[in-house]
Amino acid sequence: MSFIDRTARTVFLSELVSGLALTFRYMFKPTVTVNYPYEKGPLSPRFRGEHALRRYPNGEERCIACKLCEAICPAQAITIEAEPRDDGSRRTTRYDIDMVKCIYCGYCQEACPVDAIVEGPNFEFSTETREELLYNKEKLLANGDRWETELAANLAADAPYR
Amino acid sequence: MAEMWSGYLWPTLWIVIQIVAIVLPLLLAVAYLTLAERKVIASMHLRKGPNVVGPFGLLQPMADGMKLFLKETIIPSGANRAVFVIAPMITFILSLVAWAVIPFGQHTDGSPIVLADINVGILYLFAISSLGVYGIIMAGWASNSKYAFLGALRSAAQMVSYEVAIGFVIITVLLCVGSLNLSKIIEAQSGPYGLLHWFAFPLLPMAVIFFVSALAETNRHPFDLPEAEAELVSGYNVEYSAMTFALFFLGEYANMILMSAMTSVLFLGGWLSPLPFPPFTWIPGPIWFAFKIAACLFVFLWVRATFPRYRYDQLMRLGWKVFLPISLVAVVVVAGVLLAFDWIPKPVG
Repeated sequence: MSFIDRTARTVFLSELVSGLALTFRYMFKPTVTVNYPYEKGPLSPRFRGEHALRRYPNGEERCIACKLCEAICPAQAITIEAEPRDDGSRRTTRYDIDMVKCIYCGYCQEACPVDAIVEGPNFEFSTETREELLYNKEKLLANGDRWETELAANLAADAPYR
Repeated sequence: MAEMWSGYLWPTLWIVIQIVAIVLPLLLAVAYLTLAERKVIASMHLRKGPNVVGPFGLLQPMADGMKLFLKETIIPSGANRAVFVIAPMITFILSLVAWAVIPFGQHTDGSPIVLADINVGILYLFAISSLGVYGIIMAGWASNSKYAFLGALRSAAQMVSYEVAIGFVIITVLLCVGSLNLSKIIEAQSGPYGLLHWFAFPLLPMAVIFFVSALAETNRHPFDLPEAEAELVSGYNVEYSAMTFALFFLGEYANMILMSAMTSVLFLGGWLSPLPFPPFTWIPGPIWFAFKIAACLFVFLWVRATFPRYRYDQLMRLGWKVFLPISLVAVVVVAGVLLAFDWIPKPVG
């Protein structure tokens, strides 16, 4: 019997027809396309996008130049130089990230004891020249100021799991 | 002078006008077939397809055409220049030339609307579609590239294999008609019960075999081994760019339309309306014909969205060990049935 079944299925192309019926049904289903530049998909709070250096609410920069991020960076994309400031606190004089080298692994934000360097939700920072992707301290702090609302919200949302 | 005009110049001009009247809508149809393909496959994938250029992406074919037209034609230094340039022209011209014998409808006096109403129309079509393989072989050989060469070899073998099956399927139809003239073939499918007289019903297995062979003949999914993107980059046209590539592309899609037209003529009653009484017969024949071609083309696209590609040995097995024996037996069976019931058509014309 199974031979007859199998032969009948082959001769009447039943499997091909059921495949065609499936795609035909799918043709009338609503599309799942996200109309990208106009619509955007949801991002996890853990999304690792463009880097930012955050500040305390009083405007003081968080980074204490411990260089843990520089040490852990597997791509060696981070360069930090530091010296004590006039008020005795230790701060960076130079904080560069080569965004071309960066592999967006997120180790720097894991290593940071003061939540200073973070990777934000922004992934649309393409540039026309390579040089524009060599971020310095001003650029990173500006990113921090610009994205602070989202960065703080993401850190708070992810805090219970850390 | 007046004699020269009415006897020689005007007929020539009239033929040119007719050719333009066929080729322009055909090229437009090819352009929009590419858009329809992307849209249909997109909606089967739950995507939107092109929707940025013009309303619903309707100007996308124009944009694509402009791009191909404005780009530079690159001829590889190792290529045989003359053959390299002629190959796409052959593919394109052959796909257009075949339309000379396709009847689009009927004049009020019953004569077919066709450029050349020749008595061996189906043989002409068969010959032209077989010649199509030359363009591909020349392209593959002249490119002087491994991928193009392998693609051309596959394509040639595939087209030759499936032409055999197509030939036998056509013979079964011819047995039922008694004429090689395409408009006679369509007229033989008319009758009081409309679409029940179409050969797609009495010869359904043949229609299926013909359509599947047409897929293979036009190198479409699931038989698109010659241009298997994953294995051969793009097959025989890998070295082509700009207008030379566009000619291949147009030729391929025009061939799809041609094969759909052949399916409509042989099995779906060409210009005949499906139900032979008023609301349906008011719609003119060419529109029914276009509608049937569009339905066949939709199946081409539908199949592409549904089935994975055949392996090469499976392709050859299907052609030589399945379709060839079946169609060979069918020729005998159809001939036997016609003889047994004395249905053999009387010679016409």
